[in-house]
Amino acid sequence: MCDVCGCGDPAIVSEDLHHRILADNDRVAAHNRDHFARRGMLALNLMGSPGAGKTALLEATRRAAPDLRLAALSGDLATENDAKRLEAADVPARTITTGTACHLDAAMVHHALHDWPAASADVFVIENVGNLVCPADFPLGAERRVVVISTTEGDDTVRKHPLIFRDADVCVVNKVDLAGPVGVDVDVIERDFRTMNGHAPFIRTNAKTGEGVDALMDALLDQ
Amino acid sequence: VHEYSIASSILDTALAHARRRDARRVVGLELRIGELSGVEVPLLEKAWSLVRERSACEGVDLTVRTVAAVFRCRDCGLAVDRGAVLTCQRCGGRARMEAGDELVLDRIEMEVA
Repeated sequence: MCDVCGCGDPAIVSEDLHHRILADNDRVAAHNRDHFARRGMLALNLMGSPGAGKTALLEATRRAAPDLRLAALSGDLATENDAKRLEAADVPARTITTGTACHLDAAMVHHALHDWPAASADVFVIENVGNLVCPADFPLGAERRVVVISTTEGDDTVRKHPLIFRDADVCVVNKVDLAGPVGVDVDVIERDFRTMNGHAPFIRTNAKTGEGVDALMDALLDQ
Repeated sequence: VHEYSIASSILDTALAHARRRDARRVVGLELRIGELSGVEVPLLEKAWSLVRERSACEGVDLTVRTVAAVFRCRDCGLAVDRGAVLTCQRCGGRARMEAGDELVLDRIEMEVA
């Protein structure tokens, strides 16, 4: 009611909130982080463009480090292809089917962990939906964010998607063997990356041959 | 199009506050959005116009204040230009973003009985 004369007119009140809009996601992400920490797992949020080689890098990691206990949760709009490929490569894997959603959020990961805690892994990889835009705003509770792109996407990928690279803990450029044939200079990509991110290692790989995979593992495990 | 997820979060937060105050309806919402928050304001407004329907926020437009990105050296504090390599000109330290990734619901206005 109106405070001035008590006339019964509705009153407008305003409140300062300063509420972070994605605070709910952050809260669930913190819960996921706790889940991984209690089990001693290093969790990675593996993001990247469609077809950049996220799954191929996991397969290559398995080949390079047969004793490393790896597990993966793959986000996919429609198929279970990635999880099937990983299972075939001896990496325990499950799929989060997102339907039309363009990114994973912390609640989807939390829900998946309920069904499948994967308690025996050393490194738990959350393979995000192939997308360089939307996943950037949704922390999942992973210890490190890895962003994978490939040379065949051109040398302006970082320039076109600055946000996701800003918060990356490791940046990987895959398919370096194809840089020459498609006329891409990886140094240009690295220079662009350094305008958005001053600290994260920048690693060049060829997942087919395993080139650079040791450097990637060092960057992930030694940080 | 993660703007739909963000619009839904804004709605959930606004409705929760309105319930707490027994408000009849929400009449204003002020947001602070960083230039590098990953949110396109026109897309957010479009998503908002759909999610607010038939709720206590019906008809409420978002008032958006955008915040420019600021980068600064972590070691000596010198400002580093946006678009420049993020290495400090003075001490060679690494720069990081100090502002520009905000995504905040700053203020809510409600009509109370």
